[in-house]
Amino acid sequence: MATVTGIRSETARAKTFRFALPQPAERLAGQHYVIRLMAPDGYTAQRSYSVANPPDGSNEIDLTIERLDGGEVSMFMHDDVMVGDELELRGPIGLYFVWGGTTPALLVGGGSGVVPLMAMLRLARKLGQPELVRLVVSVRSPADLYYSDELPGPESTVVYTRSAPPGTQRPVGHLNGDDLKPCLRPGATAYVCGSSGFADAASYVLVGLGVPTEQVRVERFGATG
Amino acid sequence: MLKFTRGFSGHNKAPRDPRLPPGQYDVGKDWPVLTAEVTPKLDTASWTFKVEGLVGKPTTWNWDEIHALEPSAFNGDIHCVTTWSKLGVNFSGVSVDTLLAAAGPLPSATHVLAFCHTGYTTNLPLADVTNGQAWVVWDYEGQPLPTVHGGPARLLVPHLYFWKSAKWVSGLRLLDHDEPGFWERNGYNDHGDPWLEERYQGD
Repeated sequence: MATVTGIRSETARAKTFRFALPQPAERLAGQHYVIRLMAPDGYTAQRSYSVANPPDGSNEIDLTIERLDGGEVSMFMHDDVMVGDELELRGPIGLYFVWGGTTPALLVGGGSGVVPLMAMLRLARKLGQPELVRLVVSVRSPADLYYSDELPGPESTVVYTRSAPPGTQRPVGHLNGDDLKPCLRPGATAYVCGSSGFADAASYVLVGLGVPTEQVRVERFGATG
Repeated sequence: MLKFTRGFSGHNKAPRDPRLPPGQYDVGKDWPVLTAEVTPKLDTASWTFKVEGLVGKPTTWNWDEIHALEPSAFNGDIHCVTTWSKLGVNFSGVSVDTLLAAAGPLPSATHVLAFCHTGYTTNLPLADVTNGQAWVVWDYEGQPLPTVHGGPARLLVPHLYFWKSAKWVSGLRLLDHDEPGFWERNGYNDHGDPWLEERYQGD
């Protein structure tokens, strides 16, 4: 069981829940945890959520959760969970969509897909190696940007598809080759995370720019509540 | 540890469909896409499927040849480890039994490693892909299988979690041992029975 120690709003539809685990967990940037809810009659519902804070040897993990209409777990998290609640967590899970902190990485996120990439960016900063990563985040509008006190930044750019802040030079529109080209480096692994449609579009842009498919790792966030 | 969650009643759950394994929910009409690699664009003109390894006669079929085999269909349910299930679906293609019969598994074969045009792999006991339990399918509900769902053809092993039903499958390698595939090396269960919730390594 893990205890909720903090809840912070990222956007109108996303909150970051800080959990204290019973003990520190060895983990990697990009991994996820499963939240498992159990009703008194034994009924369970569980969903996976990516960790947003970098591995630091502590027992704290931040899970950023988007509230999905009809999403049994995400609605409960947003509407019912309070600081002090104890929840069943399982993890960390996943050894593929992870970054070890030593090799160049291009991080490409769409909307909520920024979450595991943020753990990677924050790890790079924590290690004092921010030059290893470049992050490009695509969101509909400024109101949809998570971690807006940290993004954009020296290692990151934000691309707006529907509406952009005043003064933005780039015309609004979908992520394209011009957005990613300046971030390419030979040998870098690309991590693409977002909806299935975003993941396909962004990975095809990368392949079109000459990135070998075997250097593109994809994580698709399904709207699975 | 068995402990219920404060305030969680699961009250908005529909009456539990007996076709749903524990921890799964009915995704309805949606069909989520979860893959770890770039979706490949495969041409059926150069597509092949092979059965190799511990077989008497390693065999490769092209698109036309595999379509000439005895057709076989599946009607039933599929279950993804990310907790969605899709009920009452129809796939058609060819039974893995038909493919194995042509290649003739050796008595020493105990497991298969399914491999794909993308490099993806997944491991299965031979006993889980024989006796009408597994297919290579190219039609979904009477239409060509969409690319994001593994088209032109994928493996279908519906009694196991759906990552075992490898998209863009290109063959089966018969082995005398279990050899973890892509997700199995990355934290997921070697078997993956949804009714036993064999989701992760250690379950």
